[in-house]
Amino acid sequence: MSNTQPLLEVRNLRVEFPTRRGTLVALDDVSFEIQPGEVLGVVGESGAGKSMTGAAIIGLLEPPGRIAGGQILLNGRRIDNLPYKEMRTVRGREIGAIFQDPLTTLNPLYTVGRQLVETMTTHLPIGPGEARKKAIEWLELVGIPAAAQRIDSYPHEFSGGMRQRVVIALALCAEPKLIVADEPTTALDVSIQAQVIALLKTLAREKGTSMMLVTHDMGVIAETADRVAVMYAGRIAEIGAVRQVVKHPSHPYTIGLMGSIPPITHRLERMQQIEGSMPRLSAIPRGCAYNPRCPQVFARCREERPELTPAGETRASCWLYDAESEQQVLRAGAHA
Amino acid sequence: MPAFIISRVLQALPVMLAVALISFAMFAYVGDPVAIMLGQDYTQAQRDALIRDLGLDQPFFVQFGTFLLNAVQGEFGLSYRLSRPVIELIAERAPATLELALTAAFLALLVGVPMGIYTGLYRNSWLSRFFLTFSLIGVSLPTFLIGILLILCFSVWLGWLPSFGRGDTVQLGWWSTGFLTASGLKALILPSITLGLFQMTLIMRLVRAEMLEVLRTDYIKFARARGLTNRAVNFGHALKNTLVPVITITGLQLGAIIAFAIVTETVFQWPGMGLLFIQSVGAADIPVMAAYLILIAALFVTINLIVDLLYFAVDPRLRVGGAKGH
Repeated sequence: MSNTQPLLEVRNLRVEFPTRRGTLVALDDVSFEIQPGEVLGVVGESGAGKSMTGAAIIGLLEPPGRIAGGQILLNGRRIDNLPYKEMRTVRGREIGAIFQDPLTTLNPLYTVGRQLVETMTTHLPIGPGEARKKAIEWLELVGIPAAAQRIDSYPHEFSGGMRQRVVIALALCAEPKLIVADEPTTALDVSIQAQVIALLKTLAREKGTSMMLVTHDMGVIAETADRVAVMYAGRIAEIGAVRQVVKHPSHPYTIGLMGSIPPITHRLERMQQIEGSMPRLSAIPRGCAYNPRCPQVFARCREERPELTPAGETRASCWLYDAESEQQVLRAGAHA
Repeated sequence: MPAFIISRVLQALPVMLAVALISFAMFAYVGDPVAIMLGQDYTQAQRDALIRDLGLDQPFFVQFGTFLLNAVQGEFGLSYRLSRPVIELIAERAPATLELALTAAFLALLVGVPMGIYTGLYRNSWLSRFFLTFSLIGVSLPTFLIGILLILCFSVWLGWLPSFGRGDTVQLGWWSTGFLTASGLKALILPSITLGLFQMTLIMRLVRAEMLEVLRTDYIKFARARGLTNRAVNFGHALKNTLVPVITITGLQLGAIIAFAIVTETVFQWPGMGLLFIQSVGAADIPVMAAYLILIAALFVTINLIVDLLYFAVDPRLRVGGAKGH
């Protein structure tokens, strides 16, 4: 990594949900950073905490969820403990957000133009007239045909893919430096997904915007991201350059995940899959959360929780890559 | 849009016809107006003559047909009780009822909507809890009891407000208004609170439920993620999306307020259509009762049409669907 200050720095983030049956820890000790202009992919199964991480960054955790520990820094400034009013000026202006389902993200009662104009006039020192001109430019930029006419259309007059383009324009129109895109293509037709991803990628590069791209689609990550974080049960299992994580994964979970992508070169009798399922938040096992499913589990995994440590070309939270455990693994191997 | 209005008016016709038939049929068996009009002493010849005069010797459907023909021309016949044209009686009473009902509805909206917004936004504040408890009272106490309690408190104990009547009124053409005199306004306070309290709490609970629902939606979350101000999110985006159901219920409730003003008018001896109706029931005054019911039905139909038109104004999705549908 370069020596420049990271745009976003998440340090030991912990998110809790107080419930009647005790506190659930939804995110535990999550740390990563995003450099200016970088695209970080975040993958994992449903409930691994990917979307929650995004929500915590933009300060819109669903109550009663709350940040219980750690820090989030944007350009070196803490934003996790900002009062609502100050955080409002960060949202949209410094961090743009894209949500999963474009059919529900736009207010049905206002034209897309009005929604763009209000976003820009809220954050930028421009009047409604100029904002409208820019709104048309943005709609053209995200590939809405006949933007000058379509600006006065209502969301329901657009298709799903077009609406997601409008959402992208809304997220980018106040020129934020970071985009948090939460499964931006999951709700779209497969044929549209590639277009929307390509658009996001192009715009981010043109505008020099960093992006945190949350998805469970490894294909999207491999195509778009510079680095990737693999999440499991509220923690980061592995993080590293996307090529390394895809080609040479270190964490057994990542290895399993990559193994479950069907190859296109030959037919498989049966798809590879990881045995078992991710634990519920209320029943995360002691030690490494992955230990009940891990094919390489050993004693220490059931007792102690691993931290992210250098593992090959990437960083993984796995005891296999800890110097102390090597002896144990060897011994375990000898017994077998 | 004109096509839509015409089609709705055409749809309303059978409704009006059914109401006319039911009200006419119901009251044809309700009492014996002849006996009431004749008093104690009469001869059979007098009785027969009166029955002939009133057309009561005709078959039922002939009577109904005559009634309809006249009604279409705004002619509801003479009141059996007061021997005056029904339309005149109703025109005399309508301003009192309409002023009362509109004030009550206005009050209900003006207080109910902000209370609903507040309790929706600040679900756990003590003021919200107070409003909710208070609304339970409004929903569960019967109207006449509220009226009597208010009279007891503000007229009997405190002596601030009159307990009955409309106060002084000013004649504007055929419309008599109580809005222009101090005593007229004072007389309006207690009855309109009594009449509007239920609707107010209903609107409050409705707005609250809708706000809670809308605040959970993705587009509100996205509006926040875009960094819009709280004001823009809560009022510009959330409130507007709660309006469709609120308009529906308010519209229906406005009809209900006018129709059910009967109880309030009785408690406060308010000289409106409801009081006229009650007095007419006592005297089996069929023409007045029938005319009143038809008028109320016409009001409901009109209000529903207005409500439908308001939907179009609020929700752009209906504009497309409506244009295709009609």
